[in-house]
Amino acid sequence: MLNTFVVYVENKPGVLTRVASLFRRRAFNIDSLTVGRTEKPQVSRMTITVDADRDQARRIEANLYKLVNVLLVENITTAPAIMRDLAMIKVAATHEARSHVLELASVFRARVVDVAPESLIIEITGGEDKIDGLLEVLRPYGVLEMVRTGIVAMRRGNKPSAALSSPEAEEQIMTDDDLSQSV
Amino acid sequence: MTKTGAQILWECLEREGVTHVFGYPGGAILPAYDALKHSKIHHVLVRHEQGATHMADGYARASGQVGVAVATSGPGATNMVTGIATAMLDSSPVVCITGQVGSKLIGSDAFQETDITGITLPITKHNYLVTRADELARTLREAFYVARSGRPGPVLVDITKDAQQSSCEFDWDAAKPQLPGYRPDLSPAPKEYEQALELIHNSKRPVILLGHGAIVSGATHEVRDLAERAGIPVALTLLGLGALPASHPLNLGMMGMHGEAWVNHTIQEADLLIALGMRFDDRVTGTLKTYAPNAKKIHVEIDPAEINKNVKVDVALVGDLREVLHEILPKVESIDRSEWLHFIDGLRGDSAVRDIQNLPDSGHLYAAHVINDLWRETRGSSAVVVTDVGQHQMWEAQYYKHEEPRSLITSGGLGTMGFALPAAIGAKVARPEAEVWVVVGDGGFQMTMCELATVVQENLKINIAIINNGFLGMVRQWQEFFYERNYQATPLLNPDFAKVAAAYGIRNATVTQRSQVVPAVQSARQHDGPVLINFQVEQEDTVYPMVAAGAALHEMIRRPSPIVETAADE
Ligand SMILES: Cc1cc2nc3c(=O)[nH]c(=O)nc-3n(C[C@H](O)[C@H](O)[C@H](O)COP(=O)(O)OP(=O)(O)OC[C@H]3O[C@@H](n4cnc5c(N)ncnc54)[C@H](O)[C@@H]3O)c2cc1C
Ligand SMILES: Cc1ncc(C[n+]2csc(CCOP(=O)(O)OP(=O)(O)O)c2C)c(N)n1
Ligand SMILES: [Mg+2]
Repeated sequence: MLNTFVVYVENKPGVLTRVASLFRRRAFNIDSLTVGRTEKPQVSRMTITVDADRDQARRIEANLYKLVNVLLVENITTAPAIMRDLAMIKVAATHEARSHVLELASVFRARVVDVAPESLIIEITGGEDKIDGLLEVLRPYGVLEMVRTGIVAMRRGNKPSAALSSPEAEEQIMTDDDLSQSV
Repeated sequence: MTKTGAQILWECLEREGVTHVFGYPGGAILPAYDALKHSKIHHVLVRHEQGATHMADGYARASGQVGVAVATSGPGATNMVTGIATAMLDSSPVVCITGQVGSKLIGSDAFQETDITGITLPITKHNYLVTRADELARTLREAFYVARSGRPGPVLVDITKDAQQSSCEFDWDAAKPQLPGYRPDLSPAPKEYEQALELIHNSKRPVILLGHGAIVSGATHEVRDLAERAGIPVALTLLGLGALPASHPLNLGMMGMHGEAWVNHTIQEADLLIALGMRFDDRVTGTLKTYAPNAKKIHVEIDPAEINKNVKVDVALVGDLREVLHEILPKVESIDRSEWLHFIDGLRGDSAVRDIQNLPDSGHLYAAHVINDLWRETRGSSAVVVTDVGQHQMWEAQYYKHEEPRSLITSGGLGTMGFALPAAIGAKVARPEAEVWVVVGDGGFQMTMCELATVVQENLKINIAIINNGFLGMVRQWQEFFYERNYQATPLLNPDFAKVAAAYGIRNATVTQRSQVVPAVQSARQHDGPVLINFQVEQEDTVYPMVAAGAALHEMIRRPSPIVETAADE
């Protein structure tokens, strides 16, 4: 099952390598990993999706916590959350095909961001399924190039990622009930 | 006050309580060595950087204090890799300091540049590259704190040459560790304690599995209290030996691949395993499919990532063992388990230790006899035995009865040949008053015997017992069992070890008969300098019993036709 982790790390050189190295060393297979800045300059945020069962997911979480630069790990697989992937798809669109492709793009609420005589670049944001869906229907026209950012995710509602800002939040890091290991 | 990075380095080490470091100089660490003359720290010059890391490791294991190794960039740093991995797998607190090329040269393949933080990433608990003098104090404080807290482990600090040379304001108090994500002190929830107690109280056939974590945690008294109060027998891992006195009536001895058959049978028959500071290594469990099939499991462990890693447990208490036991002990009811203890006693007759002790003295010298005699001679002296890796290591674990924590130092997780001699040097430096014995194979000794020079240079009273069987014995044993006695690359051509010792000016003896063992040991103990004894033992002797890799814990290969006549056990 695909698990989604949101991982807050110290924004320091080499931290991405540490996280990637951990997954490699423990033979956990990363499906996608994104990293970027957050509202706080000293904190970076990763979204990592991994194929893992429940026990493996716990071990991944525990192993991530062993990295000294990891601040907080949330497994939001079952939590209500917004997940987004962004793709740019360059599709062959000669004269006859062009209107079909444009139609498909609009059905998927994708945007055309570049128009060339023989091709179009379509930009689409959404859950993985939606992007997979668009790709599927574009394939017959000839997908020339494609790039996806990988999933970024955020929990719904007002439980803040500010989990990291206040002193109480520091407490919460320690006592996060996901850490309880008994089964 | 303004200081250079090099001065800050030594000053921080002193403030961390460091009195000795083990190191080897070179270009990129020269500024640090230049500043050494103003420091109170004693620098032990080693003969190979691998030795330096094992010494720091042995120092740490003997004392519980952080051990420190120093090396230059490039080859100096890469020579440390084996020692760092050894410390990592056995959770030993070591800080390694390496010099690095100037910060402006990093990434240019400069002379003796290696990316040592990259290389050691998966074998350190944490590591740092320091490129500025003003980052040094805080980094070193963090390094020591990370190395010794929580589950201990090695930390490497790589310091560029310019960071050592340049100056900055030094303020120890201001350089507090900043580790917002590091949480070494977890503790269990109340309901987890209740669940554990309920399992303990309902169990009829419990066993405590005692590991290295009990020694690290300093929980040996509490463990003993628990065992005695609840009448629970205790099996130990290799690295746990000494955490409960071998002579304690509830101490069953070592479990696992080369544990006594009846200890493993006891585990397989148990209805509850209480794992205390041990990590269910595969040498301990045998195949997991049939491991303790009827037992519930409680795991007390400081590292959450160990929980359910190898063995699924029913209750996990994540925290420091000593603290957890303090919480539990007042609530443990004393229960009569004599039926279970009688049952275990019934299994005891079937004993490998007795088998070998009853072997007649037919002119052969068995390694087991050497170790057993060594134990008798050093009983009650709180000697520290440092073993290498192989058959002799297992015989030591079987025939030397350890009464105290930190009285056995050995490489368990990585199984690093060449560990013993340098680790013993570290142990002797940490505990100069202790009697230190090296028990080492003829193969492993040759991996780091260059450190004999360090022994002499530092004038260390260390006794070295080479168990010389002319083979890479443990590998030969696997070939005997699993490769039809095809002894490829395991017979050894050895130098005359006595002459090697003599070349270093070390007192030496060669022993070939059982009758010579005790006199040789006695005379070694009386001599006030280092001594090396070359014990020429039976060449094709085998460690029994043995759980073959992948076999069930109770399916053990036994010594063929054990001698049945009985003799006193001791
Ligand atoms: C040739 C050979 C043969 C071997 N045969 C055997 C054998 O027959 N039997 C055997 O037992 N071993 C054997 N070993 C050793 C084996 O490989 C492991 O090294 C050993 O079993 C590990 O013991 P451990 O789990 O107690 O220690 P470690 O591996 O050091 O694990 C200690 C555990 O305690 C935890 N801990 C640390 N501090 C604390 C604390 N304060 N509170 C709570 N928990 C803490 C750590 O997180 C860790 O999980 C053999 C090794 C070799 C080389
Ligand atoms: C550095 C290293 N290389 C290889 C091995 C594999 N190995 C394990 S035991 C052993 C033989 C050890 O021989 P010796 O030191 O003579 O001890 P003995 O088993 O004969 O007592 C070997 C080669 C190892 N553990 N470590
Ligand atoms: Mg040998």
